[in-house]
This record gives sequence, C-alpha cells and structure tokens, in this order.
Amino acid sequence: MSKNIDIIENPVLKVENLSIAYNKADKYAVKDVNVTIKKNAITAIMGPSGCGKSTMLRAINRMHELYPDIRTEGNIYLNGDNIMKMDTIQLRRKIGMVFQRPNPFPTMSIYDNVIAGYKLNGIRIKKSQRDDIVERSLTDVALWNEVKDSLHKKGTFLSGGQQQRLCIARSIAFQPEVILLDEPTSALDPIATSKVEDLLVKLKENYTIVLVTHNMSQAARISEYSMFMYLGDLVEYGKTKMMFTNPRDKKTEEYLTGKFG
Amino acid sequence: MENINTPIELTKNSAFRALKDKAFLWGVIIVSIITISPIVLIIGKLVWKGVSQINLSFFTEITPSTFEAMTAVASGEVIPGGIVNGILGTFLIVFLSAIIAIPVGILIGLFLFENQGKRYANLIRSLSDILQGVPSIVLGLIAYLWVVKNVTQGYSALAGSVALAIMMLPLIIRSTEETMKMIPGTLKEAGLALGVPYYKVILKVLIPSGISGLSTGILLAISRILGETAPLMLTTLGNPMINWDVTAPTSAVPLLIWDFYNDPNMVDLIWSSSLFLMGFVLTLNIISKRIAAKQ
Ligand SMILES: Nc1ncnc2c1ncn2[C@@H]1O[C@H](COP(=O)(O)OP(=O)(O)OP(=O)(O)O)[C@@H](O)[C@H]1O
Ligand SMILES: [Mg+2]
Repeated sequence: MSKNIDIIENPVLKVENLSIAYNKADKYAVKDVNVTIKKNAITAIMGPSGCGKSTMLRAINRMHELYPDIRTEGNIYLNGDNIMKMDTIQLRRKIGMVFQRPNPFPTMSIYDNVIAGYKLNGIRIKKSQRDDIVERSLTDVALWNEVKDSLHKKGTFLSGGQQQRLCIARSIAFQPEVILLDEPTSALDPIATSKVEDLLVKLKENYTIVLVTHNMSQAARISEYSMFMYLGDLVEYGKTKMMFTNPRDKKTEEYLTGKFG
Repeated sequence: MENINTPIELTKNSAFRALKDKAFLWGVIIVSIITISPIVLIIGKLVWKGVSQINLSFFTEITPSTFEAMTAVASGEVIPGGIVNGILGTFLIVFLSAIIAIPVGILIGLFLFENQGKRYANLIRSLSDILQGVPSIVLGLIAYLWVVKNVTQGYSALAGSVALAIMMLPLIIRSTEETMKMIPGTLKEAGLALGVPYYKVILKVLIPSGISGLSTGILLAISRILGETAPLMLTTLGNPMINWDVTAPTSAVPLLIWDFYNDPNMVDLIWSSSLFLMGFVLTLNIISKRIAAKQ
C-alpha cells in the first residue's frame, strides 16, 4: 500500500480495491481505492470537483445499484462483514445517508419525516416509543426547540438549514452505525452551516461519520481524518492535522494551498 | 433647446403606440370571443332548453315510457320520470372502467418511467400512443367480440367498461409517466437510503408525492369517457330499469340521449340529459384543473 495512506486498526469500514465506472465505455471515476475508516470519528473526503468523491461515498451504501450501468469492483467491509454480500435493505439501515440538497419527504409532516425509516418500512412501534424517537432525534440535531410546536406541519415548510438538520435527524432516527454525508452544508448559509458542523461533532460520539466536503476549512475544523482524491485516485489519507500542516503528496499540498481545485 | 422637436416626435410615436396597443387589445378581445362563444352558446342552449326538465324526479325516477311522454307533451306538461337508470348506469360503467384502467395504467406508467430509454419501454409507449388514436367504436367492437360474445354471453356493463377502460389507459399511462418524471430523483434515493425496499418507495414516497398529477390524469381520463356513446351501443346496449348487475345490459346517460333523440316525444329530455352530462364533465375538468394548479 502507498506510503501516503495511513492504515487504521480495527476500522469500522474497510474499502478494498474499489473501482467504479459509470458505464462500460467510461473510464473509472474511482480507481482502485484502499482505505480504512475510524470508528466514532469524522472522516472528510476532499478533492477538486469531479474527482470521484460522491461516487466513492455512494458506493458505501450501494446507492449505485439503482443504476444498472454503473460497474463497481472491489469490496467494502463494515465491521469485517462484506457489504457487497449483504442485503441492501439491511445495509442501508446500518449506513445512513444525507444528501447535498435537503430532501425531506414533501408529503410528510416533520414528525413523520423523522420516523420515516420506521413508517416506510412498516415497522410498528408504540406511539410513546415513536414520540421518544422523534424527540431524541430532533434534540440530537438541535432542531427540537425550533419545531416542537409544529411537528405536524410539512417538513418542506422549514428553512433550508432546518430541512437539512431534519434530514440528518431522519437518518439517525434508525440509529445507523455510519452516516454518509455528501456536501451537506453546500446549500446552507454560514450560520446554518456552523449549526450542522456542531451537530456532526456531537454526533461522532455515537456514530461514524464520513463527510464529503469542498470546504477545506470545514474539513480542518471538524474532521479527524481526511482523504484527498484526485482524478479518481486516493492520493493521500491520514490525520487531518497532519495533512494540513505537512502534506505528503505534492498534489495535496497544491490543492490545500489553493493552487488548483 | 435645439431638441425642440423631440417631444413632438415622442407624442407622435406614443400616439402610434397607443393605437397599436388598442388594435392589439381589440384583436385579443375578438379572438377570445370567437374562442369562447361556442362553449357559451352550447351551455346557454342546454340551460335554456334543459333546465325546465331538471327537477327532483329527473334524478330519482327511471325513463318514462313513450306513451307517458306523449301524454305529457300533448297536454303541455313537463315530461314525467327521469334518467336515474342512465345516471346510475354511467356511474357503474365508469366506476368499473376506472377500477380496471387505474391500476393497470399506473403500473404501465411506472414501468415506462423505470425503464426510460429502453427498447421495449419505447415500444410500449408507442403502442399506447397508437391506442389513443383508435376510434372508440373500434374499441366497442373489440369489447363486443371479447366480452359480450365470450365472457358475459350478452350485452353487459362489464363489456362497456372494458371498452372505456382501454380508452382511459393511454391517458393514465402518459400522465403517470409524466408525473413521475417531475418528482426529483433525490426523493427516491432518500427513501432507498433509509433501507426501504424499492416497491415501498414507489408506493409510499413517489405515488403520494405525485398524487395530484396522478389524480388530474385520472379525472381527465374519466371526463374523456363520460360522454362516449358509440362503444356503449355495441356493448352495454341500454336498460330502461336501474341495473347493478355488471353482466346485464345497462343504461348510460349518453345512450339515453341517443334514445331520446330517436323518440319525437322525448325531445325535451335530450336537453336536460345533455345539460347534466355537460355539467358533470365540466365539474370534473374544473376539479382536475384545481388540483393541478395547487401543485
Ligand atoms: N451519473 C453519472 N454518469 C456518468 N458519469 C458521471 C456521473 N456522475 C458522475 N460522473 C463522473 O464521474 C466522475 C466523478 O464524479 P463525482 O460526482 O463522484 O465527483 P465529485 O468529486 O463528487 O465532484 P463534485 O465535487 O463536483 O460533487 C466525474 O468525472 C463525473 O463526470
Ligand atoms: Mg459530488
């Protein structure tokens, strides 16, 4: 393995020889990536636009399988179990995802959005239990005080930042082990962004967080480990502090100092 | 101060513009009048001639016999009886058609949406478009051959419903596919990312999100078949009594209108029945426009 890629003991996720192409004719958008991800930490994925960050992230909960043309090679292990061999439904309950643009279900109330994982899956739980999950999840994302009097309003009535926190609440309501976030703050203003960042720092106590971000200072502020990707390659991976102060690869250095990207 | 003639030019110009504006305005008014006058004339005529026949018994009694009608007309009275057999028959037939066409149409529409760009999906889409162009009497003939001859062994509401369901199908297929295309793909992904099986995402996320589009399509399809007469002549035949048996001949409002047209004593009932049908179709159209506008 390359000297620029740190290896973590007892990783929660282990990505092995992961290559992804969007269709037969295309070249790989992610090329032979090997990486290990630490439990209960925030790992940032950085890199210039089009380098394959989203493509890589979406492989982790097998979102690509929606599109039959996409080819995924390699293996990913969650706590030692090969996710390629798991049932996608079980897998996605263990690995939640938050998207770039807030996407609450427009037909559902705030309350129903939070417990959508249960509701849509037809999992029956007691009303008191449901109320608890909603309150706990919304409290976790620091949204409870803002919405506790309007739980039965549509989720789409909230502001963009509130909607994004609602979407995070929706994905943690099911208590996944890993949460994947693809540029979750790119559609938000600075205040909403810092709220989401605070929230992620708090959430890492209970969850493993993998975060795609374009915002280097965001990565520097909240992540413990960082990946730098370039043209589908994982160029460098290690402690964020190390990477920012003493990058090992020239490309990383150029990117972090704003020479390109 | 040299530019003393500029304001004059401006006035000239604006006078010309005002004239142009006026001409344009009048043009729009005239064209609008031409466009709406047929519908105004039709509704006016129907109300004028039909409203006198519309009373409680119109909605609660079955069609009168020729003799009853003749006696009433001779003594200058309102024709007794009503068209309840037609109204209920239309409800029965349309309800059955909807039960057949809605699930099938939505399923095919979802299938086309899920298989964008695939060969067989394109083929099905073209076939559905062709189906939309098939004359309704031909569909009536087909239902006659399939259902009247083979299934119900006689004229029946079911046969008419099959013909009308085939008419509804392309409309529902198209509106389902278009509605689904309008729903952002991120919503589907959000559902799947929660570990929800695909079919449940469709049923519980996509269909509810597109419900107004779907219901608009369904209402328009229903209002499209409400007035169909030719296919029903070949399939449901008509019935002077109220009938709830789907395997028996059944009346329908458009069939009654045709009967009334052929009976000189019943002419007055043509207008009231047409008024009823027209009002019904118009209401459905307005409701579906409302739903569409809300979205
Ligand atoms: N749906 C798609 N079909 C075909 N190619 C795609 C598709 N999505 C992405 N790609 C290609 O795959 C490569 C990686 O894209 P990806 O979306 O992973 O980049 P990214 O690093 O997330 O970029 P950004 O920062 O702009 O979101 C790009 O070259 C892109 O053109
Ligand atoms: Mg991306």
